Amino acid sequence: MERTTIDLWFGAFVLAGFAALLVLALKVGNLGQERAASTYRVEARFDNIGGLKVRAPVRSSGVLVGRVAEIRFDNERFQASVIIALDSRYGFPKDTSASILTSGLLGESYVGLDAGGDDKKLADGDRITLTQSAVVLERLIGQFLFSKAQEDGAK
Amino acid sequence: MLERARRSLARIGHNFIENIWRVGAMTRFFVMVLAASGTSFRRFRLVMREVYFTGVQSLIIILVSGLFIGMVLGLQGFETLQKYGAQESIGVLVALSLVRELGPVVSALLFASRAGSAITAEIGLMKATEQLTAMDMMAVSPMARVIAPRFWAGVISMPMLAAMFSAMGVFGGYLVGVVLIGVDNGAFWSQMQAAVDFRYDVMNGVIKSFVFGIAVTVIATFEGFDAPPTAEGVSGATTRTVVSSALAILALDLVLTASLLRGDH
Repeated sequence: MERTTIDLWFGAFVLAGFAALLVLALKVGNLGQERAASTYRVEARFDNIGGLKVRAPVRSSGVLVGRVAEIRFDNERFQASVIIALDSRYGFPKDTSASILTSGLLGESYVGLDAGGDDKKLADGDRITLTQSAVVLERLIGQFLFSKAQEDGAK
Repeated sequence: MLERARRSLARIGHNFIENIWRVGAMTRFFVMVLAASGTSFRRFRLVMREVYFTGVQSLIIILVSGLFIGMVLGLQGFETLQKYGAQESIGVLVALSLVRELGPVVSALLFASRAGSAITAEIGLMKATEQLTAMDMMAVSPMARVIAPRFWAGVISMPMLAAMFSAMGVFGGYLVGVVLIGVDNGAFWSQMQAAVDFRYDVMNGVIKSFVFGIAVTVIATFEGFDAPPTAEGVSGATTRTVVSSALAILALDLVLTASLLRGDH
């Protein structure tokens, strides 16, 4: 088959295009990192999840150990039910507690796990019973003002 | 007085009907191009030649503009983010705005003015010099031989150009943010990777640029094919290509963004 310069240019162009996509995928985007091979799911119920979203990180001691897989509203207990997919490389004791935290003052919400002391490990489908809800700034300020007023009244 | 008002009203009505006619004719033209596409794939070299003229030759302007836009985003973003002490997020800002919006839209606008106008002028002149009629006489369909390869070349080139534009822009943002201003290199990339989702952000950008590629090339080839075979006609058609492509890109961008964005992300 005869070769022309056009073939060369076309090949170079298409290769450059795919290279750019690859850069966007691997260097800019999240493809290629984490993609935890296998996970197990545990449930945690919260009174208030604040600004937590699906795919938010789950951290323990600041290390990424999983992601929020699903958020539902439990209409019998009137609580938020958060399904967490944890990397199966990491095991946690059964009495691990989960809290909803914020990274920085304006940062994203994430779920923080604090390991307990139980010998048994959390397994797929288990429930984390010790939970702490998100801190809602308005309530915090309300509480602060309330206690301040009480202090002033006592004087 | 009344006569003049009546005449200008008639002109507005005429323009309105003319534009509706144009939309209908363009749709029919698009279907005709798709129907005549067989030749483009049987003789792929025709498409490759057009990719060279529309895609490869647009590379310089796309890459340079991408670099500049990325650098400007870096500077402007830093200025604002610094106020909140969040200058490390500059990578997120640059990458997300490029991959989601600016990459597809700006590269499509550049493509329309660089390649779209050339396509219109070329086809318009081919028509004015009766080359298209000559092809018809020789039982060569101008639709299959001239229009369809240009259409497919545009559809192939556009996503590639948009991806290169975004990649170059991110590099520009890196140059300004990390090299020039001195934002932490690790934070720049890791925050970017945490925030940009491949399937959601990058692929949506690719879908957008694909749709823009179709829109721009259909408009460019149609205007050329429809141009009155005079010097004035071709120049008018070239102008119309750039104007209606820009409008189509921006309108389609609104529709696509609204339908592709998910609230819960």
